[in-house]
Amino acid sequence: MIQQIRERKSLQILGLMFPGAFWLIVFFAIPLLWVLVISFLSRDDLGFPAQPFTLDNYGTLVRDIKFNPSITFDGGLEIRLFDGLYLDLLWRSLWISFVTTIITLLIAFPVALFMARLPKRWRTIMLFLVMIPFWTNFLVRTYALLFMFRGNGPINVVLNGLGVPPLDILFTPTAVTIGLVYGNLPFMILPLYTSLEKFDWTMLEAASDLGANTFRSFFRVMLPLVGPGLLAGSILTFVPAVGSYITVELMGGGKINMIGRSIAAQFSDAANWPFGSAMSMVLMVIVTIAAVLYFRAGRGERAAV
Amino acid sequence: MSDFAVEMRNVTKAFGDVVAVDNVSMAIKQKEFFAMLGPSGCGKTTSLRMIAGFEHPTGGEVLIDGKDVGSTPAFQRNVNTVFQSYALFPHMTVEQNVSFGLEMKRVPANDIKQRVGQALDLVRLPQLAKRFPKQMSGGQQQRVALARALVNRPKVLLLDEPLGALDAKLRKEMQIELKTLQREVGITFIFVTHDQEEALTMSDRIAVFSKGKVLQVGTPLEIYERPNCRFVADFIGETNFLDGKVSAINGEFATVVVAGDKPFVGRVNGDVRVGADATISVRPEKMQLLEKQPAAPNAYEVRVHSIGYVGSDTRVIVELGTARLDVWEQNSVSTLDPNYFFRAGEPAWMTFKPENALVLAN
Repeated sequence: MIQQIRERKSLQILGLMFPGAFWLIVFFAIPLLWVLVISFLSRDDLGFPAQPFTLDNYGTLVRDIKFNPSITFDGGLEIRLFDGLYLDLLWRSLWISFVTTIITLLIAFPVALFMARLPKRWRTIMLFLVMIPFWTNFLVRTYALLFMFRGNGPINVVLNGLGVPPLDILFTPTAVTIGLVYGNLPFMILPLYTSLEKFDWTMLEAASDLGANTFRSFFRVMLPLVGPGLLAGSILTFVPAVGSYITVELMGGGKINMIGRSIAAQFSDAANWPFGSAMSMVLMVIVTIAAVLYFRAGRGERAAV
Repeated sequence: MSDFAVEMRNVTKAFGDVVAVDNVSMAIKQKEFFAMLGPSGCGKTTSLRMIAGFEHPTGGEVLIDGKDVGSTPAFQRNVNTVFQSYALFPHMTVEQNVSFGLEMKRVPANDIKQRVGQALDLVRLPQLAKRFPKQMSGGQQQRVALARALVNRPKVLLLDEPLGALDAKLRKEMQIELKTLQREVGITFIFVTHDQEEALTMSDRIAVFSKGKVLQVGTPLEIYERPNCRFVADFIGETNFLDGKVSAINGEFATVVVAGDKPFVGRVNGDVRVGADATISVRPEKMQLLEKQPAAPNAYEVRVHSIGYVGSDTRVIVELGTARLDVWEQNSVSTLDPNYFFRAGEPAWMTFKPENALVLAN
């Protein structure tokens, strides 16, 4: 009898899992596996994957890295050990994404804190406001942002009126960073807000009671306790930023290249699917390792305090 | 060192239009176990929070050890708090929680280790130092909260409803333990409670709060036996009120005529005047039920309305005219005879001694 109930129960669980599992397998696991397979294929004359199997796509990436130590002072000290087209691309992508994540965090934290301290009714309204951008297509919003920063766009018109020299940042890494911060802000605010909303404010009183000033209360008590939201928000910002394409394309105006844009090019203009797939796989592995290390560091820090 | 650990002088705290604490003055002696008692919203917690430094008075002064702490932030005050929810840091072990305060004061690491050990011994939890708060029972968490506060050797320990979250049995145990602990460490304890029994059993003195004001400050004996107003008499323990008009005052005693024709005599407590309205307050255990009319004052024939047998005593509700009164008879005889007790519907005589009743001005 009990056996039967157990069996029925596990059947039920299987049944409940089926739609999700099916979806993930068909639309996530199989395509990913397919990309992996393509990355080991050669290209035909049109750029599509074809036999025979080869390691050459990865070989190109490895051969790209050259040991070439150099120190330059071109607009700031730059020390580098290695050189390489794709290495540079990857490095720039990681760096811009890192800066983006930090800036997004610095903007999102006060906003999330402010929202979490509002009365219940206002919190709902604020959440709604944060989510409003999702109702408009991302591409359209990025074009709007592009328009804002144009030479004769609204920002420069205002600056001009104030007698301030115009901003000429369009098609620079700064513009790309602004675009990425703008696009990812809600993904940082929402998990942070969720963490902060659950935060027990008595904790800060307890810290203060035990002699901690505002600064130490924040770093020793609040930050570790909202850590999960902070980690989630950072990952949700960093990972899409590394592989971002539309923002780089538009805000960079074709002058700024990042790894995501380069991969896209392999599937279109450069017509080399297998090489594009190999780049995707390498990027995925690197980002995964970075995310895991980040999570580890976050957890380690929390255990240490 | 000041005679008083904490003094509140005409302290007022308003949140917008709401006055939470209204011109409160009291002085808490060194090493005293002091209770702030009252129903919710009476201003007792706000008073505690002003001593802790979480709130700042909108009027008056708060003194700790004789010094005005008006502008001193909480983290610079030599007082520590045991929070109602304990507010233990969930990301830290017991040991880390307890050492937090010492770390903030930059106590050398060796001393921290030693003092944390002593504090955990004091609350009898040394074996749980490496646990996280979530892995502990409510009672254990409470001990950690105590250790975390006491390890700092504060001038005053503040406890906000410290036993509120514990079950009844544990609460009784902790009452005794807190009292013992306070004697051991020799620190002034100020605790907030809405439980009058807790306040009576634990404290040296009690302040009774109502609607932002302090109505009476006194020892448990004074508060119970000589409440200075109707609210205090009603809030602390059980009591019967008989409303009437004062017909005569004779030294310490006054006669109050109840329901137009029933004179009762009681001890004058407060500003009682002939001809004014007054209330006789008499506790149920100080009344007696008799079968025959006694030759004593304050004796009236009543009808037994209902009986409640609670083992140690029998709680009888009697009717005097339209008024219902509680009379508690101690069961000093061991009997199985149901006829030994009064029965509902029967007549009886109720009486109490004038010195056991209070006449309170309305």
